[in-house]
Amino acid sequence: MSKKNYSLLLKNARLIDAGQNLDKQVDILLGDGKVVEVADVISSAAEQVLDLDGAWVMPGAIDLHVHLREPGFEYKETILSGAQAAVAGGFTSIACMANTNPVNDSAAITRFILEQARLAPAKVLPIAAISKGMAGDELVEMGDLVDAGVVAFSDDGKTVANSKLLRHALEYASLFNKPLLCHCQDNALFANGVVHEGLVSAAHGLAGIPSLAEDVDISRTIMLAEYLNTKVHICHLSTKTGVYLVRSAKARGVKVTAEVTPHHLFLDERAVVDLAYRESLDESLKPAKLCYNTATKMSPPLRSVDDVVALRAALADGTIDVIATDHAPHEATEKAVEYELAPFGVVGLETAVALGLRLIQEKVLTPLELAARLSSTPAAILGLNDRGTLAPGLAADLMIVDPELMWTVDPEKFYSKARNTPFSGWQMRGRVVKTIVDGKIVFNL
Amino acid sequence: MSHRDEHSISSAQDVAQMLKRVAFEIVDRNVDSEKLVLVGILTRGVSLARRLQKIVGETIECELPMGVLDITLYRDDLSTATHHPVVRKTEIPFSLDGATVILVDDVLYTGRTVRAAMDSLIDFGRPQSIQLAVLVDRGCRELPIAADFVGIRVPASPQDRVMVRVEESDGFDKITVMPRDTMSGESN
Amino acid sequence: MRFERKDLLGTRDLSAAEIRYLLESAESFKEISERPLKKVPALRGKTVINLFFEPSTRTRTSFEIAAKRLSADAVNMSASTSSVVKGESLIDTVDNIQAMAPDIIVVRHKFVGAAHMIAERVGASVVNAGDGANEHPTQALLDLLTMSEHKTLGPDLTVAIIGDIAHSRVARSNIWALTALGITVRVCAPPTMLPRGLDEIPGVVVCKRVEEALAGVDVVMMLRIQLERQDRLLFPSIRDYARVFGLNRQRLDLAAPDAIVMHPGPMNRGVEITSEVADSDRAVILNQVTNGVALRMAVLFLLGGQGHE
Repeated sequence: MSKKNYSLLLKNARLIDAGQNLDKQVDILLGDGKVVEVADVISSAAEQVLDLDGAWVMPGAIDLHVHLREPGFEYKETILSGAQAAVAGGFTSIACMANTNPVNDSAAITRFILEQARLAPAKVLPIAAISKGMAGDELVEMGDLVDAGVVAFSDDGKTVANSKLLRHALEYASLFNKPLLCHCQDNALFANGVVHEGLVSAAHGLAGIPSLAEDVDISRTIMLAEYLNTKVHICHLSTKTGVYLVRSAKARGVKVTAEVTPHHLFLDERAVVDLAYRESLDESLKPAKLCYNTATKMSPPLRSVDDVVALRAALADGTIDVIATDHAPHEATEKAVEYELAPFGVVGLETAVALGLRLIQEKVLTPLELAARLSSTPAAILGLNDRGTLAPGLAADLMIVDPELMWTVDPEKFYSKARNTPFSGWQMRGRVVKTIVDGKIVFNL
Repeated sequence: MSHRDEHSISSAQDVAQMLKRVAFEIVDRNVDSEKLVLVGILTRGVSLARRLQKIVGETIECELPMGVLDITLYRDDLSTATHHPVVRKTEIPFSLDGATVILVDDVLYTGRTVRAAMDSLIDFGRPQSIQLAVLVDRGCRELPIAADFVGIRVPASPQDRVMVRVEESDGFDKITVMPRDTMSGESN
Repeated sequence: MRFERKDLLGTRDLSAAEIRYLLESAESFKEISERPLKKVPALRGKTVINLFFEPSTRTRTSFEIAAKRLSADAVNMSASTSSVVKGESLIDTVDNIQAMAPDIIVVRHKFVGAAHMIAERVGASVVNAGDGANEHPTQALLDLLTMSEHKTLGPDLTVAIIGDIAHSRVARSNIWALTALGITVRVCAPPTMLPRGLDEIPGVVVCKRVEEALAGVDVVMMLRIQLERQDRLLFPSIRDYARVFGLNRQRLDLAAPDAIVMHPGPMNRGVEITSEVADSDRAVILNQVTNGVALRMAVLFLLGGQGHE
């Protein structure tokens, strides 16, 4: 779609690029869908010139963990609507999980997804299932799927309970140098839980999901990867013990990486019952406005304050490598039910970068660290050499951020088909104002 | 105190005199009654009924049974009342079947309270008759109800506020009238 | 004092003053049930819908009697006759009921927060008659009303709640109401039925052994053990439960000499409580049932006697 030789010059940008370890005022010239030049001053002519007046430019965010629901659940989200939500939030590449219907466990489904993604504004990277039909019995045809274009393997919510199958999956995927993304959960311990087992489950009689259900399986997964000396990626870490397990594994040299979601960094279990729950918290057990808010129901669940503190520290020190959204759209009526009946999952693509900026404001991360957690590290985990940083010759995938723009999260204005965000009504400072994919502006606030 | 403020109709002595007279009238009229009982309407009607019980008891040398009636649950304005009246305990520790009931209240005004009280009494049994004793009849009836025994008649307009204070709940006995526009928030 | 709430969804957010007001009001309603003609016209023309998504003959009957003694028109809707089973959502069901203009909806539901969801959606007053393992406020209030007939409700009182705390809405509503009045609550359950985090609730003391929980207490509240929980590995056998956690004469002797014994019913005789204790003069279990009607009359009257919208 982009014209041959189309060029765009970004003047006076504050480039924050972890891949090049750059945080400085520069001009950036994009042409032919790629970064042409990054320099203090560029005066060469371009077809379009944008004076950013000091606004931030960061490499486009790359989300390792989204659910686009197509094929099979197009009423929740489509590849197109999900990709529109992605670019509206600053994400230029999104890796989509395989729990569609049919499950993405064959090259045919992968090709279908890539075909549907041709018109999408963001780059869609299919993740294949580990086991056929995510049933946990037989491995998928990994070679065929890699040829078709998958970037990773995951049974996501359906943890591979059979350790022998998981072992073989790790071994086989290493042949193609593709990561396994593991949603760690012991199903027996998880049982019929709906919220974190802790204060809120005790006080409200909701069935608890113990941290243990996650920790036990993180241990198993790490032990397998350590024994086999293969790479493994732990999805949405949510517990303090999980952080400890990943940190000590990394110290031993295990090739483990981990992600955390924005909701686990900003919300704790009390948000489940308190509609008035906002940034500032008191120690009260009694909710200011009691409401069983199904937009806080996800797996893993919102944990305790201690867990949130541990996750933030782990994100800062690099124990947790990336921020991923686990964007899980659901149709409104599916969530407008009793808490225990509501499906797990929240959307995240349109709030994640703004919440990342908030981590900078709250002094959890530096701007460069945020760029690493959102872009360069996710690219490295997926082995994408053409993006994640804005070095000349690489894809011109980037976001332009106004770090001072004040706005309020309004789900009604989402590009996603879904509205199930726990951040509705939050006041934000800083927002993605333009997103560029392959040199072309695909989102303009 | 300006003329617009409440003014006293009767003093404590007057109240005592009225009650004495009413008690005698009750005895006089019910000399043949088999089963004479008193029922006071909460709150001030109960205080007055207790005093009548004492005077009558001294006169006929026999203590009359006395009951307490809360008419809240029988009110006809529950769904329009601006706030919830407090429900208190009704105590009728005797059968009303065949009894002659002297219903006692402080002020007779619209008649609605008495209507509610009669409905309530009838739910407890079948009295032989119900007679009404009030300390003040201020007129302005909205229902066809009349008192059998009246301490004093005070012709007042609906704008006026007639109040009975009794020692048991207010510390002193007094009957007062005040024009509505100087009224405090207290309700009757 | 006024009771200005539209709904009664739980005891969690009731103030001590509100609880005492409800109990005092209930006190006045006791007498109505002793009259030959057990009816007052207070809620004449009001419609009360008992919406029960879970079977419960006792609670439903208690609410129905309470409504009828106040002259309200009480209609029962149970899950088997409603369209819930046909895949209609709770919101659809509630919208349909609301369209029939009830004044009060009494709701019992299997899931936490169902009553809150309904209350948010309808103009009618909603009384929570049990939502999952969360709350059952009228049960806790009638328990307090029963206690108040024997004890002074205040900081000098200690109440032991013994049984399956984790799955008990009765326990939770009692914990909130008792602690609001400054009463000390001891809880005791098999470790598998004791929710983690309970000991962090102010005013709650977790006791490991039943003997420890009973020592010197003024009120013993036994909870019903759901026998089907055994299948879910929560306790080894009924016999073992009765042996370790059951209330018998010897154990009751550990409590204060004038301690009373309560049970929300229905009892499993010989499991959580022996017949000897249940039928003794220390047991006030039937008084609880009697008081349930008075308490529910007070609640219906206070919610239903006023126009809300």
